[in-house]
Amino acid sequence: MSVNSIDDTIIAPATAPGKGAIAVLRLSGKKAIELVASVFHGKNLLQQNTHTLHFGTLRDEQGMVLDEVVVSLFIAPQSFTKENVVEISCHGSDYIVRKIMELFIRKGARTAKPGEFTLRAFLNGRFDLSQAEAVADLIAADSEASHKTAMKQMRGGVSEEIKKLREELINFASLIELELDFSEEDVEFADRSQLEALVQRIRQYVYTLSNSFHLGNAIKTGVNTVIAGRPNAGKSTLLNALLNEERAIVSEIAGTTRDTIEESSDAIEAIGVQKTYEKIKTSSILVYVFDVEQTSSDEAQADILKLMQQGMSLVVVANKLDLKPDYRDQVLPHFMNDPVLYLSAKNKEHLEELKNTLYQCAVGQQNMEDNTVITNTRHFEALEQCYQALDRILSGLAQRIPGDLLAQDIRLALYHLGLITGEVTTDDLLGNIFSKFCIGK
Amino acid sequence: MFKDYDVIVVGAGHAGCEAAHAAATLGSKVLLITMDMGRIGQMSCNPAMGGVAKGQIVREIDALGGMSGIVTDKTMIQFRMLNRSKGPAMWSPRAQSDRWKFAEEWRLRLEANTNIDFWQDMVAGLLIKDSRVIGVRTGLGMEIKAKAVVLTNGTFLNGLIHIGEKNFSGGRSAEKAATGITEQLIQLGFEAGRMKTGTPPRIDGRSLNYSVMEEQAGDENPEKFSYTDTPPLTKQKPCYITYTNQEVHEILKTGFDKSPMFTGRIQGRGPRYCPSVEDKINRFADKERHQIFVEPEGWDTIEIYVNGFSTSLPEEVQHKALSKVPGFENMRMFRPGYAIEYDYFPPTQLNHTLETKLVSNLYFAGQINGTTGYEEAACQGLMAGINAHLKAWEKDPFILKRSEAYIGVLIDDLITKGTEEPYRMFTSRAEYRLLLRQDNADIRLTFLGHTLGLINEERQKKTSSKINGYKELIQQLKEVKVNPEEINTRFEQKGLSPIREKTAVSILLKRPNVEVEDFLGIKESIDIVFRKNKEVVEQAIIEIKYEDYFAKELSMVEKMQSLDDYILYEKLNYDSIQALSTEGREKLKKIRPKTLGQASRISGVSASDISILLIHINK
Repeated sequence: MSVNSIDDTIIAPATAPGKGAIAVLRLSGKKAIELVASVFHGKNLLQQNTHTLHFGTLRDEQGMVLDEVVVSLFIAPQSFTKENVVEISCHGSDYIVRKIMELFIRKGARTAKPGEFTLRAFLNGRFDLSQAEAVADLIAADSEASHKTAMKQMRGGVSEEIKKLREELINFASLIELELDFSEEDVEFADRSQLEALVQRIRQYVYTLSNSFHLGNAIKTGVNTVIAGRPNAGKSTLLNALLNEERAIVSEIAGTTRDTIEESSDAIEAIGVQKTYEKIKTSSILVYVFDVEQTSSDEAQADILKLMQQGMSLVVVANKLDLKPDYRDQVLPHFMNDPVLYLSAKNKEHLEELKNTLYQCAVGQQNMEDNTVITNTRHFEALEQCYQALDRILSGLAQRIPGDLLAQDIRLALYHLGLITGEVTTDDLLGNIFSKFCIGK
Repeated sequence: MFKDYDVIVVGAGHAGCEAAHAAATLGSKVLLITMDMGRIGQMSCNPAMGGVAKGQIVREIDALGGMSGIVTDKTMIQFRMLNRSKGPAMWSPRAQSDRWKFAEEWRLRLEANTNIDFWQDMVAGLLIKDSRVIGVRTGLGMEIKAKAVVLTNGTFLNGLIHIGEKNFSGGRSAEKAATGITEQLIQLGFEAGRMKTGTPPRIDGRSLNYSVMEEQAGDENPEKFSYTDTPPLTKQKPCYITYTNQEVHEILKTGFDKSPMFTGRIQGRGPRYCPSVEDKINRFADKERHQIFVEPEGWDTIEIYVNGFSTSLPEEVQHKALSKVPGFENMRMFRPGYAIEYDYFPPTQLNHTLETKLVSNLYFAGQINGTTGYEEAACQGLMAGINAHLKAWEKDPFILKRSEAYIGVLIDDLITKGTEEPYRMFTSRAEYRLLLRQDNADIRLTFLGHTLGLINEERQKKTSSKINGYKELIQQLKEVKVNPEEINTRFEQKGLSPIREKTAVSILLKRPNVEVEDFLGIKESIDIVFRKNKEVVEQAIIEIKYEDYFAKELSMVEKMQSLDDYILYEKLNYDSIQALSTEGREKLKKIRPKTLGQASRISGVSASDISILLIHINK
């Protein structure tokens, strides 16, 4: 069993997911300010006073702007948890919140467990006993509930897969440990090239699983999609057609259904052009709709070039096919290599094709055959850490480093997988050695 | 007839000898009681000290002021540093010992300590008053008083020896078993269990044909265990390796119906990592042969220890099978191998000091705690002796952390997880293995030994100067640089990629396969830096080469330490904490961990249990 150290810096959204003009993320821990400062472009946060607000941008490792934010600083002990606390107010998009969370997790923060901010506040002497009891019950309830949720979330045999994976890694680790602890005896040595192949394979699996988190997240929190087009292109009709027909497009994969398309009350034409662009920036799918009667393909192409952002998926919809049924036969240029979808939003014709395309965009190009989906953020973190450790094992193998040094990362990889399955490591290793190998003088 | 003692040590094996020596050196008046004065410091099984993980323990014992390292150095006939091809955490010293000289050296060392008295007798019971031990009662009916008692009974408590279908009471070959203590402790509320171990036959070396075996020689430049100035070996004696074969296996199988192991006469649990030969061929039937190490028992004796052939099959089957092993065709046996069952007390009944939870001032060390191995026993004896002394003198206890020593890992494992089979140390048991090395046991522990009073000023100074020396050397190696033309020819000869610009030696040393020798003779400014004590140079190189790995490990230590800083007070009522899981609560009540970190290592205690405990101890 393992316990997350309370010296970690934790992060969690402080506002409910879904609609809202802004969302607030909260970090608490020794390194909270340091972490935010490392990705914040604006004033140097390390030199600011407590209880101050700062405007700036958050950028990822490649320098890409994630969002414009306002950061509130609370320096220990003058904060809710009595630790360093930073609150980040960003635009109210689940997508942005997720991107920011992922950034901080990569930087070393850890997703807070339910009630953990309160727990820390208590540990640091904020509450009296009765409040503390409530926190304890909360944790107890949570561990029960989260366990059930985790089991439910693990559809398509993920837990089985992780167990299998962990067993393979334990076998690998045992071979290395065998070499180390029983070097004097007549034991077979671990074939490094076989081990390398095995780690490659495990790493690929961890990678796929960890990637599926984005699908899991799509299911859980939705994917920001913008429908854009010239006035009267039929955007609202299209939105309504999609929403009315079936609110949950991906319900057949997930147990947890959720709208993939967020209903947005402000029609794009109602807000200014500038705002449209801002909205588009924070989206991951752009659905460009044009009226086949009013807009030429060149005009459409020009619009798209203006709207498209890097990393965004594009779906082009030629609408109002009911008014010009023969349009389909015209030879249209392929926009950004994607085929054009022809439909009539008004008559709800060919919507199925659009749904399939949106689904593809939302979940990416993943192998969905085995339906393995990770939705739990802590599982995701564990997989990411495991992946990094596996990566280091591979580079260690390439450099031919000795087994005891390799074992350090093997143990880490096992530890992180163990966080998901809740199993211990060293006892497993020895048990495996004793059951599988003839050792002992 | 007897004065009152500070500490009585029962048993004079590896645990008992270290316990008596430590307590006496710290100033306690010690009585060492053994059933046979002629068998002090016996190596009951193989004539060897150290090995992987065990060698590290002997180095730790030495750094703390124990005697096992010194006694081994003075009496070894062969030394090898195992695992040299692996990382430095795996380098493990191992020695073949002269069994008789080893025992003699121990006895002379103990005799030289005027704080130690001896008494030959069996201890039949403990004198207990108000849940506190106040002395022992012997087989002769004597009552001897002491402030603390250390029990190191080895395999003697109700020992039962098995050879084939025969079994008889005994503590070791040709020695009587001890009775009375187990029964009394059970009455006091202790839980007891049975364990099993075994030993191979002893052979007349004059009857062996070594020419058909592989020779296994000692190291060319033998090192040693002790950080003191014990002399290194100048000559060594080789061991030999031979193998069993199908014919041997077939003969052994003819005895299976009389095997006490397979017929169920032996109830005790044996060690999986030290299986008897019948167990090996039974469980790993597809393995065509098993290794046998032919180990001499000393410089001058003809007696041979057949390592790898532990067995309790009928003696004639042992003899017949062994005769089919290459080199053993004309073999004459001194005595057959046997299995022995003995009582132990599940070690979860102990505190970190090795004091029992039920009876205060009573300490257990060695096989009585379910461990196996001389080194495991010796280090427990040392810790029990130290703590018995400290308790008798009303001083604070001495406990080692898991991040400080294998000894810390061993004791924490025992008292937190217990053990289902004889517990032997493995490097894989230590989560901070890279930090617990044989090269730095002195750096880790000498100062603690000095604070206790087991290590003198001179040794403490020696360690300080080693530390200062290697740190200075690391600094110098960061400053001194080589030019490409000075080193590239050498690198290319070794198949290493050349350098392009002037580079610090410390940076180049981080590369695999780059050694100190690659830089010698290039220029005086480099040579002069390396002109230091060998140990200092080795330490600096290890620190430079593996710096990143050590740093990663240290950060893990720091992370886990935060949990060990939370003390769980003794009277904590786990039943009153509603939110705990049922299994977690039961385990916590049984083990009664001292810190939150220890609680987190108990199987069955969940992460949420730990969070809940955190809340309660902060009330």
